[in-house]
Amino acid sequence: MSVVESVLFALAFLGSLFFFLRRVFRLFAIMLLGKAEPRFDHLPDRLKSLLLFGFGQKRVIEEPFGVNHFFLFWGFILLQLMVNSEFIIAGIFPKFSLRFLGDILYPIITFTGDVTSLVVLLVVIIAAFRRLFFKPPHVERTLEAFFILILVGLLMIANFGLHIASIVPGQGREEYVPISQILAIPFAGRGTELSWQIAHRVFWWLHAVVLLVFLVYIPYSKHLHILTALVNCFFRRFAFVRALPPMTFKQGERFGVSRVTQFTWKDLLDFFSCTECGRCADACPATSTGKVLNPKEVILAGKANLLRNGSAILAAREGDTIAGTDNRTLVSLPLIANTHETSVSPQAIWDCTTCGACVEKCPVFIEQFPKLLAMRRHLVMESADFPPELITFFQNIEQRSNPYGIAPVDRARWAADLDVPLISEQPNAEYLFYIGCVASFTSRMKSVMTAIIEALRKASISYAILGKEEQCCGDPLRRLGNEYVFDKLARGNVALFKKYGVKKMLTLCPHCYSTFKHDYKDFGARFEVIHHTELLSALLKAGKLQPANGLQHERIVFHDSCYLGRYNDVYEEPRAIIRQATGSSPLEMEKRRRESFCCGAGGGRMWMEESTGTRINADRTRQALRQDPTVIATCCPYCLTMFEDGIKDEKTEGKVRVLDVSEILGGSFTQKTD
Amino acid sequence: MHIVVCAKMVPDTTQVSIDPVTNTLVREGVPFITNPFDDHAIEEALRIKDAYGARVTVLSMGPAPAETVLRKAIALGADAGLLLSDRAFGGSDTLATSKVLSVAIAKLSDQERVDLIVCGKQTIDGDTAQVGPGIATRLGYAQVTLVDKVLDVDLDTRRITVRAKFDNRHQVVEARLPAVITVVREINTPRYPTVPRRLYAEEVQIQVWTNEMLKLDPNTIGLKGSPTWVKRIFAPEREKGEIVMGLGKEKEKAVRLIMQKLADWKVLGP
Repeated sequence: MSVVESVLFALAFLGSLFFFLRRVFRLFAIMLLGKAEPRFDHLPDRLKSLLLFGFGQKRVIEEPFGVNHFFLFWGFILLQLMVNSEFIIAGIFPKFSLRFLGDILYPIITFTGDVTSLVVLLVVIIAAFRRLFFKPPHVERTLEAFFILILVGLLMIANFGLHIASIVPGQGREEYVPISQILAIPFAGRGTELSWQIAHRVFWWLHAVVLLVFLVYIPYSKHLHILTALVNCFFRRFAFVRALPPMTFKQGERFGVSRVTQFTWKDLLDFFSCTECGRCADACPATSTGKVLNPKEVILAGKANLLRNGSAILAAREGDTIAGTDNRTLVSLPLIANTHETSVSPQAIWDCTTCGACVEKCPVFIEQFPKLLAMRRHLVMESADFPPELITFFQNIEQRSNPYGIAPVDRARWAADLDVPLISEQPNAEYLFYIGCVASFTSRMKSVMTAIIEALRKASISYAILGKEEQCCGDPLRRLGNEYVFDKLARGNVALFKKYGVKKMLTLCPHCYSTFKHDYKDFGARFEVIHHTELLSALLKAGKLQPANGLQHERIVFHDSCYLGRYNDVYEEPRAIIRQATGSSPLEMEKRRRESFCCGAGGGRMWMEESTGTRINADRTRQALRQDPTVIATCCPYCLTMFEDGIKDEKTEGKVRVLDVSEILGGSFTQKTD
Repeated sequence: MHIVVCAKMVPDTTQVSIDPVTNTLVREGVPFITNPFDDHAIEEALRIKDAYGARVTVLSMGPAPAETVLRKAIALGADAGLLLSDRAFGGSDTLATSKVLSVAIAKLSDQERVDLIVCGKQTIDGDTAQVGPGIATRLGYAQVTLVDKVLDVDLDTRRITVRAKFDNRHQVVEARLPAVITVVREINTPRYPTVPRRLYAEEVQIQVWTNEMLKLDPNTIGLKGSPTWVKRIFAPEREKGEIVMGLGKEKEKAVRLIMQKLADWKVLGP
């Protein structure tokens, strides 16, 4: 290697490094434009998640093809350590070699590098073939993706070429590179020494150029995730993200996100961490029913918007500084608009059911749907710009504390003939049974209530209801971004619960359950919250309820409610009830438990029109019907409603029943008393 | 342009029941709301403001809590609220109410000329639909009732063109300003308040005028100035209906049966 070459390479390397570092520095400065968010707690757990989900690729390999990425990821790391570090140093200082590591370590290193190069080459070819010929719908054939595959492939080819060009003329004997040696066999004895020398330089420079192009390309492309994904795994949220934090309602504050810099720095890091794998889109019920929303596009639009606006803010600063007192109203590109690529459309924002499938699926812990919630907050609270059907809905809850607009005095009508105790009369009851709006006001839920109350009586559980005093829990308000009204409602509710000294709350609806259990903590709620399936299964287990096996001949398929499952990890209890009542486990849909598919009613969608794409509940109903059931079992009044509608549309009404698990239990009771 | 909207705090009548013994309204625990027709009046004033530019003052007569009606209107975008509150006003019927309101509006107009008064068609507690026309008559303003569309406001010629809704027809009316219009619910869908406006409205000072300001003869207002007497309040009795069942798809038979019943009840002529 000539001095000229070394100087040339050194200059090229330093130049590339400069562009790489400058870009990384700027991206870091852009990330710091976000608002503060505490993510530095639980450091040992964070380290663990970095190892498990970052280096261990745990979520990546949950999908079969993720294994390919696992090899690429580790191949990449090994090649940096074993091959590229030596290559770069030796490029500048030709005398440098890792040979000093000794006769054992050096061959191991060269062997690893050699084998890894082959593995990476194969992995890249497989990835290209998949994208070209076996493309799953959520993966896209972007130029960028192929460009990077070609770059990596070229790098491996150059590496082999380099070895072959040394092996054929008989150099590099200290290296243990069996793959390269095999590849060199066909070339043995061919070409002159000079031609191999030239070939060597050509491969060397190919390797050098590709490597440096790759280095600079990383922070300018989706392969930025090479730098950010590990960090994002480190800063991940440990509990499932259920809601955004509460707000302070003071004049002069901002309420929600309409500009990208109103997100937190972690949100901005999320944007930089997306690899465009599309798993969120694949899991999203809105995307798969042809709606405007695509969680991946939301993240990419956020990233594009951030890069454009962030660069403008940085450009307005004097010199490259990491932080500055910027005029953030400089942000000129709107985040919420119907222009694609750099903004999120209002329709996409309203399409979300907050089912959380995207967050649960993301291999690098990007939190997609909470960003939509932040934008909903802006649309509702700062712009009053939302689908028209929500006006009546918001007013009904605000004035009458239920979505239907029915007079609050009628809230406990369902209980008129059931002899249900009121907490005002029985303040010492063990459980406050919180009924919720759907069960309070819809006739279909009467038999669910009857079944649960009968079970509570049989098990001699002491409980009472609030009756007319019960208010809405506020779940749809919070998910729809109406934090102002939710805030008032939550404070009123907490005061009411305190007045009655509530220690244990039993809920019918998973939405009430999750909202009281988690969201209300920020409002001073300190009581245990139990879902009816949790209590009923515990009572069965304790032998306080004895169901007869009256439903053995039913084919019961169970649907996981998002707010009970993903939001609260309650998967076993409803299944246990079905098992006890019928003697066998329920039938399972393909998408179940953590991967369950929303019924379409979460996130306030229950109260909205579904005018784009096909209906989510119809899709989910068809998924259930594929198991050829006689009963679809749910544990949520929203899901129950959505399935009953779905059944009607599928013309299977009468053949398939939709039941709450408590009704299944109740059914077996009646069989016994018969 | 200065628009005055008259709005009233009313009990949410859908939640009101009538005591079967005393025949009076059971108001206990019943929330108070802005008269729903007035919500549409406020919205229409705000739409005119958005389209032509205006200052919107919302006026209400009632006890101190009625200021929530004004705060809600301000949260929606009204510029100011004025509460007419005095024991002397209490018990006013439509005659006395329109007197107090019109005197207050005349006084407001002295400060800043009032061009348009928007009222709801009627209130849901009294259902008389008399106060809007009463104000117009007392002030000598033009009046158009049952408006379901404001077509044009011309500030140069000082004319307003509106459409009024009748049972089977519409009537397009042009009126000189100042004018009083009373609106029906179909005229618009009220907007939803933004949080910054709500927070502003929570803290804004609401002006209160008592009879010291209006200087009305106490015998002409309030209970004393109200010739209307409520003799009795009762829920009209309704006989139990009848469900005719078991006819299946025999449409002709069903129609004949229903015709016969209607004839028996003398709903249909012979």
